[in-house]
Amino acid sequence: MPTASRKTLSAFLDKAGMLVVLAILFLGCALGVDNFFSWANMKGLTLAVSMTGMVSCTMLFCLAAGDFDLSIGSVVACSGMLAAVVMNHTGSVALGVLAGLGLGALVGLFNGFIVARLKINALITTLATMQIVRGLGYETNHGNSIGITQEGFFWLGSSSFFGIPTPVWITALCFAAFGFLLNRTVFGRDALAVGGNPEAAHLAGISVERIKITIFTLQGIMAAFAGIVLASRVTSGQPKTSEGFELEVISACVLGGVSLTGGVGSMAFVIAGVFIMGIVQNAMSLLNLDSFHQYIVRGSILLAAVLFDRWKRRRGAA
Amino acid sequence: MTATALAFSRVSMEFPGVKALDDVSFGVAAGSVHALVGENGAGKSTLLKILSGAYTPSGGSLMIDGQPRVFTSTADALAAGVAVIYQELHLVPEMSVAENLFLGHLPQRLGLVNRKQLADAARKQLDLIGEQIEPSTKVGRLPLAQRQMVEIAKALTRGARIIAFDEPTSSLSDREVRRLFTIIRELKARGCAILYVSHRMEEIFELCDAITILRDGRHVETGALGAFSRDKVVQRMVGRELANIYNYAPRPHAGAGLVVEGVCGPGLAEPCSFAAEAGEIFGFFGLIGAGRSELLRLLYGAVKKTAGRVTFAGRELAIASPRDAIGAGVVLCPEDRKKEGVIPIRSVLENTNLSARRRHARGGILIDENWEHANATRRVEQLRVKTPSLRQLIRNLSGGNQQKVILGRWLSETVKVILLDEPTRGIDVGAKSEIYAIMQDLARQGVCVIIVSSELPEVLGVSDRIAVMRQGRIAAILDRADASEEKLLKLALPVETARAS
Ligand SMILES: Nc1ncnc2c1ncn2[C@@H]1O[C@H](COP(=O)(O)OP(=O)(O)OP(=O)(O)O)[C@@H](O)[C@H]1O
Ligand SMILES: [Mg+2]
Repeated sequence: MPTASRKTLSAFLDKAGMLVVLAILFLGCALGVDNFFSWANMKGLTLAVSMTGMVSCTMLFCLAAGDFDLSIGSVVACSGMLAAVVMNHTGSVALGVLAGLGLGALVGLFNGFIVARLKINALITTLATMQIVRGLGYETNHGNSIGITQEGFFWLGSSSFFGIPTPVWITALCFAAFGFLLNRTVFGRDALAVGGNPEAAHLAGISVERIKITIFTLQGIMAAFAGIVLASRVTSGQPKTSEGFELEVISACVLGGVSLTGGVGSMAFVIAGVFIMGIVQNAMSLLNLDSFHQYIVRGSILLAAVLFDRWKRRRGAA
Repeated sequence: MTATALAFSRVSMEFPGVKALDDVSFGVAAGSVHALVGENGAGKSTLLKILSGAYTPSGGSLMIDGQPRVFTSTADALAAGVAVIYQELHLVPEMSVAENLFLGHLPQRLGLVNRKQLADAARKQLDLIGEQIEPSTKVGRLPLAQRQMVEIAKALTRGARIIAFDEPTSSLSDREVRRLFTIIRELKARGCAILYVSHRMEEIFELCDAITILRDGRHVETGALGAFSRDKVVQRMVGRELANIYNYAPRPHAGAGLVVEGVCGPGLAEPCSFAAEAGEIFGFFGLIGAGRSELLRLLYGAVKKTAGRVTFAGRELAIASPRDAIGAGVVLCPEDRKKEGVIPIRSVLENTNLSARRRHARGGILIDENWEHANATRRVEQLRVKTPSLRQLIRNLSGGNQQKVILGRWLSETVKVILLDEPTRGIDVGAKSEIYAIMQDLARQGVCVIIVSSELPEVLGVSDRIAVMRQGRIAAILDRADASEEKLLKLALPVETARAS
């Protein structure tokens, strides 16, 4: 009898994993941290995770297919800069946004081509493009930030519907769309198969190259979009912004149980990962912890998550 | 009567949803080779993993020399003189032979590895099994048979007295099998207790002294091999009589089929041509490395051919990738299912539908869950795949059952040509006869069935015609009536050797 109930409990933990951790963390913070569970803080919290959330959608695909993308932080900065410059020069918000997205698509396509076609390790490829694109961001305006003059553009970052900021709505939409893409479409399943065993996937008639290139391109576009939303929120293009953003996104995915060796990933868990990171950050700010403590805490959480995952798998195998 | 070196006592092993072993007890005598047989999924590998300390049994115990022992790791087991040699070998490919042999206890001086001492010690160990391998070679460079020898040497280095082999011969050539047997006999003479898992009856009757039969995780019978006939073993294993596993029946051929003209590519020494009619079962025999798998991969578009034409029923097949091939109705069951066949961390359902789901998706995009479920259920039933559920990860299935899932993957497609590369490797007799029946069924429906096999009885038993490959070329194509074991072997042997002997 006790073993039976322990079995069902551990099976439940296996299934629900990070969702349980998230729930406990949320309850703990709501009870233990003053001002945490207030409307204003909830709004701030969701807004703060909205960018990580968006980009983790595509990063999930990238990791699931067995790849990596370190260039996203640079794309965020560079696309914001480019959008700002184009907007200021042409006076057209649409053109600016298109230019930013176009840049993201190009970087992604380039990454994908090098990784999938030329079979160069994704870590190295995107480590290179990360620096190149960061540099391009600085080049755009001699290393300075640019204030955006088109006020119509600020709507994107500052408006809200039913009291919820637009970027949060967008992120929610992305969660739904990419979750659907992963679970319900041939493309999503094929991406997981490619990550699980590229050789077998290829021999089963899956176009491994095309899938990888598509994923990198989507990733670039998504990062660029996040950069544009950010530019709208801060009303300027910032070449220095989002350094280390790629690690934040990858951490959230790993926390959400996405395997770095590919083949495994679920949207619900990634969402949990994003929020766990966000809540911890938020609670630490509310508790007035210094930012350098925050680094240590974040790193430790990530390590704990990975160890937990490994322990779970070991026990599953035995 | 010799002493019992190893005994399993009421061993049980449960996985979520599967009882892999249920109350298994038997003993293995020192100085004997003990066969362990059973259908795919009977629990043989699981039992060996318990022996090696990789799994901890959920019930029962192991007795080594009469003492109950609990192993919690492979190192534990090795220290107690127990070594298990798996089919997928556990050597470190990046390290040298010598380093692998002494992994974990390298000869050291002041914390530094003494290269010379290491090489000498390694050479001594390799000599013991009569193996001339340069100790500094990287293990990853060695052919599989030699890697296996290194694994055996490693076990002996650690003083193993109980050695278990899990399907050791499934990827060895005939000559390599001979070598392995010589060594196993030597180990036996030295008083080692050997546990030997195989699906090949001939081997078992040649090599073993005693036998234990498992069925569905349960112990069926243990006894001296002399008390068993082949038929009795098979009957105990599958629980029913299996008269003629090939069950060959001539079929009318359905006319023009696959015509291959002058195909060239890596692995082939000269352009290859042959024609297999629709409804024909066309066998390829040859030694390992004769270019059979390479030819299949070229036909499938997995490797680009440099020249040649392939037609089916007179229409040219433009195949530049596996995807094209599948579109044209040509499918391949690859030789190395672990590397090229399964997606280990995905479910049985996904692995079954991996290819066909594209064409059954709604609008070509949305997964059709109903179709997926129905198709996977159907294939699992048709091929009698042993799995607790469709959601089970395929890596948790036994080797033979994984192979069946890959077959099921291709039965889900509409095929004109099916290329089977060693399709029954690691598959039990019962399942083999089912696979042969499926091949005949497909042929009867007008499918052109091409099978590559290194097992003589198999090629002879199932094929209408047989091509023999030798050193990258097709040496001859024989009709079923003309083919015999001697003829095929003679044709398959490399020319130099044939002349010399
Ligand atoms: N890690 C695991 N998790 C869940 N089930 C498992 C696991 N390992 C083995 N099984 C199940 O246990 C049963 C026995 O498997 P095992 O690999 O021992 O079979 P086997 O006799 O070696 O078969 P084969 O001849 O095909 O190699 C199978 O039904 C298999 O699906
Ligand atoms: Mg096995």
